[in-house]
Amino acid sequence: MQKTSNVAGLQAICKSVRRSILEMITHAKSGHPGGSLSAVETVVTLYFDVLNHRPEEPAWVDRDRFILSKGHACPVLYSVMAECGYTPKDQLNTLRQLGSIYQGHPDVRFIPALEASTGSLGLGVSLALGMGIAARLNASPSRTYVVLGDGEIQEGQIWEAAMFGAFHKLDNVVAIVDYNKIQLDGWVKDIMGLEPLVDKWISFGWHVIRLDGHNIAALQAGFAEAAATKGKPTVIIADTVKGKGVSFMENNPKWHGVAPTADELKKALEELQ
Amino acid sequence: MAKYELKMGRATREAFGEALVELGRENKDVVVCDADLSKSTMTYAFGKEFPERFIECGIAESNMVAIGAGLGSAGKIPFVSSFSAFLLNKGFEQLRVTAAFPKVNLKAVGTHSGISIGEDGPSQMSIEDISLACSLAGFTVIAPCDEISMKALVKQSAAVHGPFFIRASRAKAALVYAKDQVFEIGKAMQLTDGNDVTIICNGLLVAECLRAAETLLAEGIHARVLDMHTVKPIDRDAIARAAAETGVIVVAEEHLVDGGLGVRVAQVVCETNPCPMEFIGVQNTYAESGTPDDLLDKYGFRASDVIATTRKALARKKKGS
Repeated sequence: MQKTSNVAGLQAICKSVRRSILEMITHAKSGHPGGSLSAVETVVTLYFDVLNHRPEEPAWVDRDRFILSKGHACPVLYSVMAECGYTPKDQLNTLRQLGSIYQGHPDVRFIPALEASTGSLGLGVSLALGMGIAARLNASPSRTYVVLGDGEIQEGQIWEAAMFGAFHKLDNVVAIVDYNKIQLDGWVKDIMGLEPLVDKWISFGWHVIRLDGHNIAALQAGFAEAAATKGKPTVIIADTVKGKGVSFMENNPKWHGVAPTADELKKALEELQ
Repeated sequence: MAKYELKMGRATREAFGEALVELGRENKDVVVCDADLSKSTMTYAFGKEFPERFIECGIAESNMVAIGAGLGSAGKIPFVSSFSAFLLNKGFEQLRVTAAFPKVNLKAVGTHSGISIGEDGPSQMSIEDISLACSLAGFTVIAPCDEISMKALVKQSAAVHGPFFIRASRAKAALVYAKDQVFEIGKAMQLTDGNDVTIICNGLLVAECLRAAETLLAEGIHARVLDMHTVKPIDRDAIARAAAETGVIVVAEEHLVDGGLGVRVAQVVCETNPCPMEFIGVQNTYAESGTPDDLLDKYGFRASDVIATTRKALARKKKGS
């Protein structure tokens, strides 16, 4: 794979990943397009610029690790991992089919290069912190990144983990909240509001960065700031748009967990030329 | 019949703590997590000797289990420990999703199992942990009876990749084994020979069953006592043989009769050589505060209870039912 810090280059990868996400979910006839599309810039920037990893040697012990705690957004991860060369690109459209390595939620039994099986919300920060401790004990430079859904942080375990991460000063862990403001049943503010979200994480002892999660330069700066922050873990609150990149999906709770029809796919792909 | 002196030994939780320290010295990848109970689970000694490898998680068992799974996923050999009641009930989802399903190398050790914890009462008493742990696909589930077997099996667990649940008790346990006894995960220990009846047990019930077997022997009844320290994967051969050769089985465990050792033995008996069975365990209730001894008396976990149940089972064998 070719890593790059070039914003235009990363944007081009994002566009191709968005197309791939929509094709996969349309083929599967089920899946979660909205929250996959909102996390594209974050996942692409990590895998193609920030992460120190070796797709040809996935078990490399000092690799940086990535956990998609909001496992239902796996199409974005599958598409990016395939683009990096971890998994076959030509099988992406087998998503959710019997025998496919591209399971409905990330499953290490099918893709050993995944760092964790996820899908039940609320577990990823703890896992990342466990990996952070392992890296510290090994005196390894390995860093661990975990992407959370905004609805996901309604889970109590997130806050147990938040306390733990700050208490143990795990500055090798970065959490990214994909704050697209929508969850399955509707708008987050109407289901179980999170505000004041920045203050919550600050009060739990984390270094907090709030940025536009679709702005690659901002994400790059955010990850650099996180890497330079010592003595505490960092959380990036990434303001995003659910369904980003497809006009009729953007900011519409309907597209949390519905697959596009063939016609809708065609329309969406026209917007992503 | 081998004579068992059954001298009082240490609690299995103490042997667990000692095993951890030895493991810590032997392998720098062994890491221990506890949730503010290290003085009770006995992990504190490990923490004292290896402070950098002892991870205090505070009173947050769900988080602790997933922290352990993260450590295991990153190549460590993590032991996570709390009272069984908290570890299994509060950590079950984490045991399932972060350890069982991805087959992570996590060792979950629950102490204060069963009703013999005593005065603290039922909120702390774990009587469903074996049932829960056995419902985690791919888990190995172990309930040793004394300090010797606990120490040996904890140490073995660290050498096997994969998720484990190990059950320890608060109360002191009678010594069943000699110091140099060798154990194999998944292989029952036949403690007495006999072809009249088989008594299958684990944990604190092993000593009671041995006492019962001695009394029965004086009456001319030769009971085969099996210590089923590994509940999963269960020793199918030993059970099938016992069913065929003795024709009647009693199972005794300090656990709800629902979902524990008894039903797992019964499953194998049904699949191999069906025979009459009787079960000793907690009967669809929660216990109460009291001294461990008073509780074991009241809830029917004594040698006398084993004897009475064995007689009932033998009567059914005679009648052919």
